[in-house]
Amino acid sequence: MPVPWVDPDVDLHLPGERLEWGRHRFVLPAIALGGMVGASARYAAARAWPTPDAGVPWTTLGVNAAGCLLIGVLMVFVVDVGGAHPLLRPFAGVGVLGGFTTFSTYSVDTVTLLDAGRPAVALGYWAGTLLVALAAVAAGVVVARAGVLAATRLRRRRRGHRTRRGERP
Amino acid sequence: MTGFVWVCLGAAVGAPSRYLVDRAVQARHDSLMPWGTMLVNVVGSLVLGVLVGLSTGRDVPDAVTLTLGTGLCGALTTYSTFGYETFRLVEDGARLYAALNVGLSLVVGLAAAAAGYAVGVAA
Repeated sequence: MPVPWVDPDVDLHLPGERLEWGRHRFVLPAIALGGMVGASARYAAARAWPTPDAGVPWTTLGVNAAGCLLIGVLMVFVVDVGGAHPLLRPFAGVGVLGGFTTFSTYSVDTVTLLDAGRPAVALGYWAGTLLVALAAVAAGVVVARAGVLAATRLRRRRRGHRTRRGERP
Repeated sequence: MTGFVWVCLGAAVGAPSRYLVDRAVQARHDSLMPWGTMLVNVVGSLVLGVLVGLSTGRDVPDAVTLTLGTGLCGALTTYSTFGYETFRLVEDGARLYAALNVGLSLVVGLAAAAAGYAVGVAA
């Protein structure tokens, strides 16, 4: 059985990614730049919609859900479609989306909710984020694949029309 | 506005660190389990836990919280990669690995955050 491709950050099962670091000297700078963009966006969201003390961290939940949706879409283009710019995944996937979403705030917010004596909210947030995030990834992948399929069909049909017209005397 | 500078400073270190740690872990362990992502998520949860715990009892400067917490820990850890990896494991039929990845990441991440928080509060 071939080893499934699972890690969007970097997967050494892929020869291209094993070498990308040496081949593209802009991989690390692209990741750093993307990380700055993603983290800044998360910080901006946290400032725009601050979470009250011992309140449900809706902003973090929303950020993580949005990032998961977008990584699903992005990886369809990188893995299924292929031919993407070699710096697209490092910049957008590893950098922007990795920097945008956060696991540390998620874990620590769950702890502070527990510490504030709100175990039900903590548990709901802990499990709820997971469910929402996984559903978001799946939705992103499914929608992007459907979009790619529709675009391919449309292109094929257009090409078909052209060919038939061309064959007419 | 200076807040963004601190966040960027931390993120510029955090995001490439996740990539490098992931590479290093994969180079040593050829496994379906995304150990690299789990490692950065657990370490980031621990460090942020200490930071947030510390700030309950004393005044931690904003520059420190934003650089190390929002920037570094935020960019080092990731939910998108964790979510995508879990999705791919399920899709590829490696359900046990997917369940293990979810269970371990959530439980160990929470334990690390709680331990860090306790240390920070006590310090």
